[in-house]
Amino acid sequence: MSRKLTRLAPLVVLVVLAVLPFSTLQVPGLFDGVLNSPGTLQLLALCLLFGGVALSYDLLFGFTGLLSFGHALYFAAGTYVANLALTQLGWGLGAALALTTAVGVVLPLLVGGVALRVSGIAFSMVTLAIAQVGSIVVLRDPGGLTGGEEGLALDRSNVPDAFVGVLNTVNLYWLALAYLALVYVVVAWVTGSRAGRVWQAIRENERRVEVLGLRPYPFKLVVFALAGLLAALGGVVHLLLLGGSTPRTTTADFTLGLLVMVVLGGAGSRWGAVLGGVLYTYLDSRLTDLASSAAVQDLPAWLRVPLSEPLFLLGSLFVLVVFFVPGGIAGLVARLRERRAGRRPGAPAGGATPPPGRVVEQLRETASRGVGVGAGGPRDGV
Amino acid sequence: MSTVVLLTVTGLGLAALYFLVASGLSLIFGLMGVLNFAHGAFLTIGAYGTWWASENLPGAGSGGWGFALAVAFGVAVGTVVAALIELLLIRPLYERHIEQVLVTVGLSLALVALVRAIWGADPRPFPAPAWAEDTTSVLGASVPNDRFLLIGSAVVVLLAVLAFLRYTRFGLVIRAGVENRSMVTALGIDVRRAFTLVFALGGAFAALAGALGGVYLGSISPGQGTSLLIFAFIVVVIGGMSSITGAAVAAVLVGLVQQFANYYAASGVGDLSVVLLLAVVLLTRPGGLTARVA
Repeated sequence: MSRKLTRLAPLVVLVVLAVLPFSTLQVPGLFDGVLNSPGTLQLLALCLLFGGVALSYDLLFGFTGLLSFGHALYFAAGTYVANLALTQLGWGLGAALALTTAVGVVLPLLVGGVALRVSGIAFSMVTLAIAQVGSIVVLRDPGGLTGGEEGLALDRSNVPDAFVGVLNTVNLYWLALAYLALVYVVVAWVTGSRAGRVWQAIRENERRVEVLGLRPYPFKLVVFALAGLLAALGGVVHLLLLGGSTPRTTTADFTLGLLVMVVLGGAGSRWGAVLGGVLYTYLDSRLTDLASSAAVQDLPAWLRVPLSEPLFLLGSLFVLVVFFVPGGIAGLVARLRERRAGRRPGAPAGGATPPPGRVVEQLRETASRGVGVGAGGPRDGV
Repeated sequence: MSTVVLLTVTGLGLAALYFLVASGLSLIFGLMGVLNFAHGAFLTIGAYGTWWASENLPGAGSGGWGFALAVAFGVAVGTVVAALIELLLIRPLYERHIEQVLVTVGLSLALVALVRAIWGADPRPFPAPAWAEDTTSVLGASVPNDRFLLIGSAVVVLLAVLAFLRYTRFGLVIRAGVENRSMVTALGIDVRRAFTLVFALGGAFAALAGALGGVYLGSISPGQGTSLLIFAFIVVVIGGMSSITGAAVAAVLVGLVQQFANYYAASGVGDLSVVLLLAVVLLTRPGGLTARVA
């Protein structure tokens, strides 16, 4: 009974979210206007979008144990390529989407081809360095194509009318929801497949996978490309939602934001990552509003100054979560559930699959075994 | 000819900056296995500490010994912050490397945001001493003096670190810890004291790089540390993760390639060619320049 309910839960959430724009509910404190006002819908759509993008990042970090610091590159490639196709080339949305998909597959394959030659922390550094190239290119504004620091506004004449205008915010909301649903279904499907098991095995112990006679490299490359593609598609939704591309999406801070979302929600858990993305986006937006509110402006300086920077609060929250809530929200829920079921806290939940959210602790083993390049050699007396 | 000389000296100056950041990173990584993302924040703290001291600390200023005092203050602040972070936040997560990295990620976001909240996001003019802005004629090229300051500082730091690692007891513990940490612990040596020392040293080098970066660039801004950090990462990977001499060689390589490509190709190409260099090194020697070929 309860297992059936758990399996149905995503569907129920999807239906509730889909009919949400028909409600005129007022949620005091959480949102400014009624639920179906364009401003609130825009914020909700952003939350859903980043829930999906965070899940695409979790596919790499939580499920496969690849700590990439360059995920922003694919997201930014999605928004800029689609934007250039629509605005500069004058293509339709379908053609722009096809081009973005092609770029979203080829780009991570190229990057992964190089970066996956090293493992552990070196891999993180290489992905970061390569993603930085994207940031530099966008900021240098080659040929006036990317708009530099100003960003690039979207010429909406080639975008279907359904996605243009304040009144159609609801369609954009549904688009973001559809994107999240797509990512969720894809991630659920691939992580349950045979390849998904290999990814988890790579996360647990890559050397053991090699001993079993499988080459981890192609598996890692595939998951790298898939996560990149999903992020690129998220970039397209972001483009339509904001009506332009901003260079902020190319920066390392953007990737770190995704990492914070995933760890906040619980790495290695699908709904955890989505929840983390939603929560982070919501807090980021609302804390900015809070900083400019009269209540904060009247505070003494030592309180007002830190409160005026959402990133300070989010960064501190992140440190606290890493310290006191290992496994994020998903890990917390799993632990509460165990306690209620009468098991000793900390004991494994049983079964072959470890509880989600313990991933970070499991990653520890991988990290201590061979961080960095050349660490795989006979170093620790192995 | 004079252009080549100027580009070379400027490239070496940039290399000095990269080396200062990368040496701390590579020491910390080599011993503790922690990729310290907060390193960029230490750099920002050092730069702002120096800037603050030159205006508020009695005796400090932008000229002569006053400037040295201001830099010393900035470096001291960076060192103290790094030591406190190691003791309060990194040490409790002993042996949990991924979480240690995550904590430094959170710190890098929070600390930079805090600096931005206090002093604003706009660049601030940095109180560089007047003699650093003069030029010296070298083989027909007039080279700004701050380049020599950077190169000199980096060489002093490199020699000091090498001597420290080679001739002191702590250096011995650190070298042994980088090689095989569990064996050092098994011998009854408390590696954790070496951890704190190395982390504080890394913070000091980053803070020094922040102050000197302020001289080189003429202004400081909260996000500066992070952008320098990425090139320092590239230097560390090319140099071979936990080798100080490797970092020095890689820094010179990266700095020169960047300067020459930026001048002879187009602005921005230098940054791209650095990443290309990284890709080439990884494809031919996945362990970096100093990796022992099996």
